[in-house]
Amino acid sequence: MHYITEILPSLLSGAGMTLQIFLWTLVGSLPLGLILSLGLISKIKPLQWLINFYVWLMRGTPLLLQLIFVFYGLPLIGLVFPRYEAALFAFILNYAAYFAEIFRGGLQSIDNGQYESARVLRLSYAQTIRKIVIPQVVKIVLPSVGNEVINLIKDSSLVYVIGLGDLLRAGNVATARDVTLVPLVLVAVLYLLLTAVTTFVLRQIEKRYSYWK
Amino acid sequence: MLELKNMTKSFGNRTIIKDLNLTVKDGEILSIVGPSGAGKTTLLRCITGLEKVDSGQFLVDGQAFDPYTNRTNDSVIGVVFQNFELFPHLTVLQNITLAPTMVLKESAADAKAAAQQLLDRLNLGDHGDQYPYQLSGGQRQRVAIARALAMKPNVLCYDEPTSALDPNLRQEVEKLILGLKADGMTQIVVSHDLTFAENIADEMLHVEPNQTK
Repeated sequence: MHYITEILPSLLSGAGMTLQIFLWTLVGSLPLGLILSLGLISKIKPLQWLINFYVWLMRGTPLLLQLIFVFYGLPLIGLVFPRYEAALFAFILNYAAYFAEIFRGGLQSIDNGQYESARVLRLSYAQTIRKIVIPQVVKIVLPSVGNEVINLIKDSSLVYVIGLGDLLRAGNVATARDVTLVPLVLVAVLYLLLTAVTTFVLRQIEKRYSYWK
Repeated sequence: MLELKNMTKSFGNRTIIKDLNLTVKDGEILSIVGPSGAGKTTLLRCITGLEKVDSGQFLVDGQAFDPYTNRTNDSVIGVVFQNFELFPHLTVLQNITLAPTMVLKESAADAKAAAQQLLDRLNLGDHGDQYPYQLSGGQRQRVAIARALAMKPNVLCYDEPTSALDPNLRQEVEKLILGLKADGMTQIVVSHDLTFAENIADEMLHVEPNQTK
């Protein structure tokens, strides 16, 4: 017990880094993903190709490679990011690609009749997207977005590779130093707590949208 | 009065409607009948501006207009879709008031009062706060009619108004359409149900595949 209280501060500070990466990645990648998804369903073919290529690149290579590329690779051509910014940059670009695909699926599941119905009521395109399409898409994509959000909590542990002190790294350091399993178990417990809270929040949001079918 | 002159519509090299002329007098009902594939729905989609015609002229009370590009508040054509296409995330009242407030810029209170009047007229007075999924097919259809009427159309069009409903509701729909006629509404009804179409029609238009009689 004494040992736990001794290492807990360093684990919690690591969890703080994990949470920061988590929150800022969501703040950056959700809107970016929405914009990209509108491009994916746009009638402008070159734009579609470009974004498809981007999505293919981001989903087709490991996030770990992307992190290494941004932090250790880009400086070779003169683009230097500090560790934390490099991590956010790679995470936002990567998760935006996944969100773009999820939103694209949501947008395409809206029946054409809804657009036509809005059209004969003479709503503009912007009004249709805002008042008719987005509210329906949000409800449709919530479970899939939730899945990615949970993934992100755990993916954030990849930042150890560029030397950021997150939760997993803090546990790893303590285990190596004190030759005991306890820190790793604590790390697992903290991750489970984080995902439990996130799952709860996601459920609440889904509930808020359950007033219609 | 709605007039169509020499209207032609093709998809690729397939001519669906050729040199069609028709007139719907104020307060009358035109039934468009014919086998499936004859172009009934295509014709209705041209009249309602969901398809662009290849040639021909539309006149409302002698004034030329193009339903495909028309975005003004005159010469309005209302549509009741086969599957009604209500907005599932909005209540009955919100479905009806959305376009009047956003397009006609009516105040929320005015739009709501007008919508309530329409609902009362259609025997849906106490369903205003329900969502479409809570309504029966016949009720949804009446909401769709109220939503179209709220835009104060010159002409109200129906695509197969009996096909998504129980067969025994057919007479209800007849009564409803004739009731609106008694209120002075000009209506166009597309149907493959000949008896139904004859019961309500002042004028009949028979369309055949690949040629229009």
